[in-house]
Amino acid sequence: MYVVKIDDKTMESVEILAQLRLSDNEREKAREDMQKMLDYVEKLNELDTKGVEPMSHIFPVNNVFREDIVTNGDSREAMLANAPRQKEYQYLVPKTVE
Amino acid sequence: MKKCGENGGLLLSARRCNGMKQYETVIGLEVHVELATKTKIFCGCSTKFGARPNTQTCPICTGMPGALPILNKRVVELALAVGLAANCQINRYCKFDRKNYFYPDNPQNYQISQLYLPICHDGWLEIETEAGKKKIGIHEIHMEEDAGKLVHDEWEDCSLVDYNRSGVPLIEIVSEPDMRNAEEVIAYLEKLRHIIQYLGASDCKLQEGSMRADVNLSVREMGSSSFGTRTEMKNLNSFKAIARAIAGERERQIELLEEGRAVIQETRRWDDNKETSRAMRSKEDAKDYRYFPDPDLLPVSISEKWLEEIRAAQPELREARALRYQRAYGLSAYDADVITESRHMAELFEETAALCKSPKKAANWIMGETFRLIKERNVEPEKVFFTPGHLASLILEVEKGSISNQTAKEVFEKVFDEDVEPLAYIQAHGLQTVEDADLLGEVLDKVIAANEKAVEEFRSGKEKVLGFLVGQVMKEMRGKANAGKVGELLREKLRQ
Repeated sequence: MYVVKIDDKTMESVEILAQLRLSDNEREKAREDMQKMLDYVEKLNELDTKGVEPMSHIFPVNNVFREDIVTNGDSREAMLANAPRQKEYQYLVPKTVE
Repeated sequence: MKKCGENGGLLLSARRCNGMKQYETVIGLEVHVELATKTKIFCGCSTKFGARPNTQTCPICTGMPGALPILNKRVVELALAVGLAANCQINRYCKFDRKNYFYPDNPQNYQISQLYLPICHDGWLEIETEAGKKKIGIHEIHMEEDAGKLVHDEWEDCSLVDYNRSGVPLIEIVSEPDMRNAEEVIAYLEKLRHIIQYLGASDCKLQEGSMRADVNLSVREMGSSSFGTRTEMKNLNSFKAIARAIAGERERQIELLEEGRAVIQETRRWDDNKETSRAMRSKEDAKDYRYFPDPDLLPVSISEKWLEEIRAAQPELREARALRYQRAYGLSAYDADVITESRHMAELFEETAALCKSPKKAANWIMGETFRLIKERNVEPEKVFFTPGHLASLILEVEKGSISNQTAKEVFEKVFDEDVEPLAYIQAHGLQTVEDADLLGEVLDKVIAANEKAVEEFRSGKEKVLGFLVGQVMKEMRGKANAGKVGELLREKLRQ
């Protein structure tokens, strides 16, 4: 069976996607963790799942809905209390617009 | 660089235009539509447009850790309604996935969307252009949440984020690459807009962003069956911009191919002022969105009963309505088309026609005075608020001859602007035609006496002059006379 090994290139790409900057030690630790996860999935692959429907969710519950009724009011003071920086009741973030 | 077909002066361009290679444009669209729900897709925050920044936010739509989204049932119903109207197959079991990317308009760092089991798939719409009718395939329709709004702040050289729009429900309608030119693209978008507006699922305004179209475009040599590399164009907020962007991108790709260079698959931002596009960076950098099923949301199972309820509640759509107007009311195809352009106008027309029992007159008032005032007052057809009964009674009064056509138009302005009750208004302002035969007789004599020359001309056989004399009488009567009757009386008097 083919076993996926996480190489440096994969690590680099995952770091970019996750926007993480890891030290060499951290990277090695993360690689080990991720390898363990993949190995576990490989283990699961040994099972014969022919005829088994893919599971979409671990709970056997469907159709949990809300009605289309406004229940929330203006709580922007409380919401903005979480903002590291704000201006005129808006979240101030590093420049994004090109 | 000179564009092919625009200027044959350049040798290079001329060679391209007359050369062997003919190119075909292949276009597919991704259309985002904001659904007209009262609340967001996963929380009870209002979706009202134009609220003060961040006054319609909560821990769920700002992505606070531990906040649990709950699906708005209405979103599913509207998505199903659009899917059925677009001849789609329905995934009776569908679910939500997370699309991961980092950008401040998205506080969760993922957008909740549908990748693996979208609610609708494999539909089609029929469009009509000058070239005839054509089916455009719909690949899928999925539900997702909108992002917040970013504004650049010059002073701080930072960006400001308003999360009021974060979590507003969207459906994304993905077409097959079945369109070949801007005309087809616009016909498809118009068709989609009419369907969605008639369903009441969205107001579909390109300018305000409640309908957004991304254009996927590639070119290939005529006759080729494989596709070229496509680009995705964003920031198109009018039909004109879409047409210009399609022409511009087609030319750009042909230039690249002619120069032996490759088209790069990328997202480009159209600048309608400069009429050029450029590659976008930032958000689009990460092509790998690492989708995975959203564990916070439970799957949606759509029963046959539920689907049947949605099907039964589908309103009559524009084309069916326009056909009915032609058959039942004898309107021309053109008139039926113009009146059904807006569902609200169609309803006003239909109710007025039923009340005054004269569909043709109702149609004339809608297409004439109503559209004139819509243009003059610069209001949207959907915002016109007069009661159809008021227009109907105005039409009936004119028919009875109790007010002149001119007076009716004046009163209608009041009906249009303030929805006044026309009968009361006519009474209160003494606008009804004067039935006083003595008074009318006096005015006729006065006009005849004051216009000797015209009277002479009429008597010597110049029929046309009668119209002028009627006009003079109407002026004296301040419009409060029945012009037809005045004409008859004048004719009688002048024969004497």
